Amino acid sequence: MEWLQQIINGISLGSIYALIALGYTMVYGIIKLINFAHGDVFMVGAFVGFYAITGFGLGFFPALILSMVICAIFGVLIERIAYKPLRNATRIAALITAIGMSLLIEYGVIYVRGAQPEAYPNVLPNTTINVFGAQISSQSLFILGISVALMIILQFIVHKTKIGKAMRAVSHDMDAARLMGINVDNTISATFAIGSGLAGAAGVIFGVYYTKIEPLMGVIPGLKAFVAAVLGGIGIIPGAMVGGLLLGVIESIVSAAGFSLWRDAAAFVILILILIFRPSGIFGKNTREKV
Amino acid sequence: MKKAKSFWLFIILAVFVYGLIQFLLTSEVLNPYYQNMFIVMAINIMLAVSLHLVIGITGQFSIGHAGFLAVGAYVSAIFTMKLGLPFPIALLAGGVVAALAGLIVGIPSLRLKGDYLAIATLGFAEIIRIVFLNIEYVGGAAGLQVSHLTTWTSTFIMLVLTILIVVNFTNSRHGRACIAIRENEIAADAMGINTTYYKVIAFAIGSLLAGIAGGLYSHNFYIIQPTNFGFLKSFDILIIVVLGGLGSLSGSVIAAILLTVISTFLQDYPETRMIIYSLVLVFVMIFRPKGLMGTREITEFFGLGKWKSSKGGN
Repeated sequence: MEWLQQIINGISLGSIYALIALGYTMVYGIIKLINFAHGDVFMVGAFVGFYAITGFGLGFFPALILSMVICAIFGVLIERIAYKPLRNATRIAALITAIGMSLLIEYGVIYVRGAQPEAYPNVLPNTTINVFGAQISSQSLFILGISVALMIILQFIVHKTKIGKAMRAVSHDMDAARLMGINVDNTISATFAIGSGLAGAAGVIFGVYYTKIEPLMGVIPGLKAFVAAVLGGIGIIPGAMVGGLLLGVIESIVSAAGFSLWRDAAAFVILILILIFRPSGIFGKNTREKV
Repeated sequence: MKKAKSFWLFIILAVFVYGLIQFLLTSEVLNPYYQNMFIVMAINIMLAVSLHLVIGITGQFSIGHAGFLAVGAYVSAIFTMKLGLPFPIALLAGGVVAALAGLIVGIPSLRLKGDYLAIATLGFAEIIRIVFLNIEYVGGAAGLQVSHLTTWTSTFIMLVLTILIVVNFTNSRHGRACIAIRENEIAADAMGINTTYYKVIAFAIGSLLAGIAGGLYSHNFYIIQPTNFGFLKSFDILIIVVLGGLGSLSGSVIAAILLTVISTFLQDYPETRMIIYSLVLVFVMIFRPKGLMGTREITEFFGLGKWKSSKGGN
């Protein structure tokens, strides 16, 4: 029953990847930019949650919501300051700017509060439940529940609301959407707000689950979430969820098989294989490039 | 004739720069602390120039250059420390193995374009780092002890060779093919250029030079660890090339000199250094996306002909 336990752990980890990957995939879908700073929004979310819990004595849910709101504002600020002036620049210029923003946020946080890690307070009850002989912590089920709830809310926003319809229209064809009277800039900002909010939630969840946070913690989960987004087909929202969960499970299996030091390499090997053999991802459709 | 003249001008300039710095160092106008700065500067110029060949000339956006630096650093360190071979052979071996790594990475990933290529190269660089982390023979996470063999003279010779190789490649038929790929890959393909071949060649030469720089880099420290070669190192090199201007060799050289001096003075404040770097990156992209020099070369300002020009076409 060791394996069942590992798979449950993998799903919990994967749901964190999925939450970050959703932000990547939404932003990529709408402005074709790999937002490198997204992993750092996740880090900021973890720290906002930490200070909300230890500084203001908030509970888990208020801290989660506060972190989501602050990250959403932060994401919109990043977009307005750094990415909006580059809307018509080359994609490489936008990518370099994103790398610059990522470094700026990381070292800005280190400059303000130092590089030392923090131990996350234990705000969720942690009991183990015995299912078919596997020891499953209530925390990992709780995390999975929150992630699934957030994804359902996201699906509702994207498919049932006016802003969701605008987002889908802009990602389909920005110019046509503008001609139809959609405010493209506001729609892009809304996309950044939603994606960053999800990253903020992922940050708090990560902190509670792994108990250690530090200013450079966003880099590796950010890259892996990007792998998850590519795995599911970048720009496709259900793809990001499935990709994230799949990646989490694969990593857990690699660790459980005794190759824990190689765990970080697994994600990049998957990335390269998927880019070479099926660049459009699991759910993607092949599109031919036009000259 | 004009080409030969520019070539000799470059050699004279190189000898002059070398003589000047050597004079300043031996006459103790500058203390040994500056000798180290000049070595680091030369290594940074080599790295920037080798990445310039991949990004600036061929237009393939690779952000995993530290991976090849790591290969060169580790292989040359194994040659000197474990096998006891002389330093020049170790440098060459580091370069050759890095070039092989470049071929292995380049052949599958150069089929990709734009951001996908960027992410794939980043992924490969991380894989290379994790591989070194897991090999007990080279010390794993604890790192490998390396003796200090890099001298200012050997670094400068390698630097001159690197610049010569890149300039001559750029101005050859192959270099013009690479520039054609940068300008428009589909058009280059239609003109009968074997785009995959030239992309891989440029990538392998870039890796070779980065590997040699890696050998110098590792023998300038007393210990090398896999953490020295993370994506932050790749970004360091990328910042130099972007700031100098994508497509300008002299721009890369100037930016490498500038940034090395800045980071030497900010050595005690690493956070400030990174904040300045990242702000420079963002502001350059927003206000001057072509970098300091654009695709122009410094020789064009003095009317020294086309020898160093990246535009090619004599």
